[in-house]
Amino acid sequence: MRRQAFLQAGPSLAARRHRRVTWVADTAVGAKTDPAHGEDPSRRDFIYIASMTAAAGGAVALAWPFIDQMNPSADTRALASIEFDVTKVGEGQQVVVKWRGKPLFVRNRTKAEIAKAVADDGASMKDPQKDADRVKPGKAQWLIVGGNCTHLGCVPTFGGGEYGGWFCPCHGSVYDTSGRIRKGPAPKNLIVPEYAFLSDTKVKIG
Amino acid sequence: MSGHSTYEPKTGFERWLDARLPIVRLGYDSFVDYPTPRNLNYWWTFGGILSLCLASQLITGIILVMHYTPSADHAFASVEHIMRDVNYGWLIRYMHANGASMFFIAVYIHMLRGLYYGSYKAPREVLWLLGCVIYLLMMATAFMGYVLPWGQMSFHGAVVITNLFGALPVVGESITTWLWGGFAVDNPTLNRFFSLHYLLPFMIAGVVILHIWALHVVGQNNPTGVEPKSKADTVPFTPYATVKDGFAMSVFLILFAWFVFFMPNALGHADNYIPANPLVTPSHIVPEWYFLPFYAILRAVPDKLMGVLAMFGAIACLFALPWLDTSKVRSMRYRPTAKIHFFIFVVACCVLGVCGAKLPDDQVIPGVTTFQLMASDLNSFVWLSRVAALYYFAFFLVILPMLGLTEKTLPVPDSIASPALSHPAAAPAEATAAPEMKG
Repeated sequence: MRRQAFLQAGPSLAARRHRRVTWVADTAVGAKTDPAHGEDPSRRDFIYIASMTAAAGGAVALAWPFIDQMNPSADTRALASIEFDVTKVGEGQQVVVKWRGKPLFVRNRTKAEIAKAVADDGASMKDPQKDADRVKPGKAQWLIVGGNCTHLGCVPTFGGGEYGGWFCPCHGSVYDTSGRIRKGPAPKNLIVPEYAFLSDTKVKIG
Repeated sequence: MSGHSTYEPKTGFERWLDARLPIVRLGYDSFVDYPTPRNLNYWWTFGGILSLCLASQLITGIILVMHYTPSADHAFASVEHIMRDVNYGWLIRYMHANGASMFFIAVYIHMLRGLYYGSYKAPREVLWLLGCVIYLLMMATAFMGYVLPWGQMSFHGAVVITNLFGALPVVGESITTWLWGGFAVDNPTLNRFFSLHYLLPFMIAGVVILHIWALHVVGQNNPTGVEPKSKADTVPFTPYATVKDGFAMSVFLILFAWFVFFMPNALGHADNYIPANPLVTPSHIVPEWYFLPFYAILRAVPDKLMGVLAMFGAIACLFALPWLDTSKVRSMRYRPTAKIHFFIFVVACCVLGVCGAKLPDDQVIPGVTTFQLMASDLNSFVWLSRVAALYYFAFFLVILPMLGLTEKTLPVPDSIASPALSHPAAAPAEATAAPEMKG
């Protein structure tokens, strides 16, 4: 038994020995378990548990700042939204805008591209979504999508792949003219960010 | 294994020191008088070569930090400054960059040697596991080091690898944001990678000490896989192992120097001499050659999460290896079927490496179009990588567990010394030092 081991372990001060003997006596009085085998709750156990709990709680509390320091800092989080004049983009062209450190595709789609995207609404897709849900009402020619492949974040190039949209050079994901994933390892369509048209020509992203 | 110490201090100072810090005794017992199996072949010299690689990387790395600026705005320019302006900066940087490749060449040979001769089997499981930990740390270190020049490949490599964690359900996005310190790979990412790239090599050095400690507890394996039984089976580390290791290191350094001086960029990518641009991904993005097999496994699986799991699973197999191989015979020298599977495994790894360097839909046999299966032509590198990846996993998860129970093994010698000394028929085969391992 541990307590007996304490008593026998090495030379200790008489006073400490006396205290330990007292504790043994304490626990013996109210003991519910067999003193030869069981571990009954005593003041010493309480101190062990309380101090270990406090130390563990303190360690966790101290660890958090060391973990959280790696999360985006205040100036990074404060990244403002951007405004963009869509008249800069000619029909059938796209402009790549940098937003929150990442590329954003602003695409002025041709009639044929829109028709193709709408026609494919019913096709079998990994992440089914209607073309109309990916653009603003009445602004079907403007497709604004995040320029990072939803697989591992590479920047897809326009004009590649067999669906008339984007092709990711890294792992071969193919997106259609609506930025929907049609083939390859990417799980999701190109992300449509939160944005609003402030006027007919000005769009606010973020 | 090492038994009692035979070190005898010769001078007064040595006696004085030995009573206070027996460090000379430790070195003597570990590297001079330490008994090594008498039949170790050159595949056993790569442990020493790896120590040399680690030392070289540490020294050149610490020097490079004296001239490098860890900042998204200045990192690329500071690397060019090292290449053009710093005295011998080109040499130090090429030694460091090519040294990483040499490190991986050596570690892959070292691991395959362990695989072939069953060096992971009892009682060497912990030794093997520590080696796997070193390999993991090496991969993390190499990846972060490759990001530091902040070229196009650095940047987009970092994007792809950190996005791997985004595949995890629920927590994936929080983890990638946490790794980046922002909403994209940017300056905070570069700075933390720099900090960790400096830290991890010292952690590797620490685990290497544990690795060597474990090695000296259980003793070295040897080509027969039979434990040394008497003094006739071993020779002292010095001069036998030191001279052999020294010769192998010299040959290895010739290869190293050949890369550094004659083809320093052969293993790199031209795109990494273009400053990082988050808006354009290089048309053909590939990792460094030593990651290509795992990259091929990642791409072989059409699902993002499953691909990531398969890639990490490929490394997890290495950790589980001591418990996957059920054979009682340690060395594949006496396992004719396992030996064949071992060489197919090596070929499968090389095939995966080639596949990882190609575009997934490129044709393996040019000009031949077969039929589409799972949205890719059968004659494509993605399908070749699927076949090779399947073999990779089958080797660990099916072949090694099953084969150990069914294989008819060859007779194993009674001791290391006996085949060479007492069996005339076996002597020539042993004397040529494992001809089956050449090439």
